[in-house]
Amino acid sequence: MARMATTRRVVVSTIGAWFFGFLIFFPILWMVLTSFKTELEAFAIPPSFLFFHWTTENYATVQERSDYLLHAMNSIIIAGGSTLIALLIAIPAAWSMAFSPTKRTKDVLLWMLSTKMMPPVGVLVPIYLIYKTFGLLDSRIGLVFILCLGNLPIVIWMLFTYFKEIPRDILEAARMDGATIGRELVYVLTPMAIPGLASTLLLNLILAWNEAFWTLNLSTSNAAPLTTFIASYSSPEGLFWAKLSAASTLAIAPILVLGWFSQKQLVRGLTFGAVK
Amino acid sequence: MGQITLQGVQKSFGPVHIIKGADLDIADGSFVVFVGPSGCGKTTLLRLIAGLEDVTGGSILIDGKNVVDTPPAKRGLSMVFQSYALYPHMSVRGNIGFGLKMAGLPKDEINRKVEAAAATLNLSPYLDRKPRELSGGQRQRVAIGRAIVREPKGFLFDEPLSNLDAALRVQMRIEVTRLQKQLGTTAIYVTHDQVEAMTMADKIVVLNAGKIEQYGSPLELYERPNNLFVAGFIGSPKMNFVTGELAQQQGAATIGVRPEHLKIERDGTGGWVGTIAVAEHLGSDTFLYVDAGPLGMLTARYVGELSLHAGDRVSLVPDPARIHRFDASGNALRN
Ligand SMILES: Nc1ncnc2c1ncn2[C@@H]1O[C@H](COP(=O)(O)OP(=O)(O)OP(=O)(O)O)[C@@H](O)[C@H]1O
Ligand SMILES: [Mg+2]
Repeated sequence: MARMATTRRVVVSTIGAWFFGFLIFFPILWMVLTSFKTELEAFAIPPSFLFFHWTTENYATVQERSDYLLHAMNSIIIAGGSTLIALLIAIPAAWSMAFSPTKRTKDVLLWMLSTKMMPPVGVLVPIYLIYKTFGLLDSRIGLVFILCLGNLPIVIWMLFTYFKEIPRDILEAARMDGATIGRELVYVLTPMAIPGLASTLLLNLILAWNEAFWTLNLSTSNAAPLTTFIASYSSPEGLFWAKLSAASTLAIAPILVLGWFSQKQLVRGLTFGAVK
Repeated sequence: MGQITLQGVQKSFGPVHIIKGADLDIADGSFVVFVGPSGCGKTTLLRLIAGLEDVTGGSILIDGKNVVDTPPAKRGLSMVFQSYALYPHMSVRGNIGFGLKMAGLPKDEINRKVEAAAATLNLSPYLDRKPRELSGGQRQRVAIGRAIVREPKGFLFDEPLSNLDAALRVQMRIEVTRLQKQLGTTAIYVTHDQVEAMTMADKIVVLNAGKIEQYGSPLELYERPNNLFVAGFIGSPKMNFVTGELAQQQGAATIGVRPEHLKIERDGTGGWVGTIAVAEHLGSDTFLYVDAGPLGMLTARYVGELSLHAGDRVSLVPDPARIHRFDASGNALRN
């Protein structure tokens, strides 16, 4: 009896998990499917799920109308650049807070996070004016800078929690073993911190890749990343669902592939070091 | 060589004085155990000697040289942590050899030394495993291997066996003692297990609230405790203390008698009379907890089996030569 009950539970929960997994994945699937429909079929009611006239003409049009490669390149530079710079600043910051905390460390951490509690739109006007004055509008450097600052608190928090997990004893053992700070870093700390660093890097990359508020407001064409590229299909000449879907699919494809191959690291990152 | 001397060593964390002036002379090659209740500063004192913590005052001499400003690695000591503190990403070989690698030894020499250390500790089959693939006892041995491979002037152990189960603890206790004697390296060993202290130590340091209460061989501490604290801390079961008139007759504020120095007489009338509250029969020993009225609860120990039970009346006769006397401030009175 007991065994049958467990089997049934496993079956039910497996079905449930697949169902919810599919539910969550559905918007992405629908977007990909729509990108292969004609504009007419794209908003046909009732919609057809698989049996429509498959076409790749949306992709051709999108590619013809705008320069996907330019935007993709911008996305790579902006997301990658802001992530790397954020890590460069965050590693020493989190490091010192985790390994030589002071009475104010907790306050500093909270204060940093507090900047994320303010809606970005609240500072749009001043930032816009500053950018205008310094000629940073529609420049890659400007976007790298703002995204880096925007994500810095989260990066520091994540790294802080990872570094905190590294037992002090091990660092002390290394000191007793005669490791200098530099060698302790190379041989002990970095290898132990790599999973944490990797998941922080990946998560931040995704956040920066999909960031749309600042990129939409501070760029128009030259520095515009893929988010702006998608947005350009949603308004100008009415809605073109199929083309919008094609553009979106193109935009998320690189990050989706990256995410797929780094699932394990990401899960660790999202659970924020809660499970060891 | 590994002679370690502490002179007036003090340590405060902010306003809190943790170590209040410790003086100690540890002879080369001896095995010294720090014991004391939890929070008395054993670990802190050990870390001061290791150099993981800076002293607030006083000096620490190793072979006559003051090392208070010397970084840990240069003091020539190695430490075994309670948590083992193995490097999780390195194999056993890497863990044991790390100190040698940092010292810049050539690879084949490192390998030779690591393999020799592993052989001493029965770790040879596990050299290529990661720490997580080892049992608790094996991990502990790796931590010890890491300490011995560098041939230090002294070993520092911080409760190294407290994470092991009872049987393994006894076995490792013997192994550590044997290894230390065989290597002849000075060792300082922190524990709050007094059986470990009594069995392993050449000399014991009894710490209480950041002060050294007594420093001496296990038997010295057992036979001639300096004060009430040491008398009560060393020995199991605990020494019986009696105050009041009985003590005053002996010219003391408190007298103490160990449970094994009370002669148990059935329905006798001499000595201290009372009723047995609990009798513990271990086969090898019998422990009696006796309610002796105005004297309070007394513990008596009999080697062997004694068929006495709760409710029986007994009289306990202290061995006159084994009565410890203490003055009002708790210090031992000696004749
Ligand atoms: N870094 C620190 N900052 C402040 N107080 C500390 C610090 N380290 C230790 N203490 C305090 O010093 C006292 C002695 O601590 P220590 O760890 O030396 O005790 P211990 O004798 O090793 O105890 P246990 O047997 O429980 O390990 C404790 O009261 C502890 O709270
Ligand atoms: Mg301790």
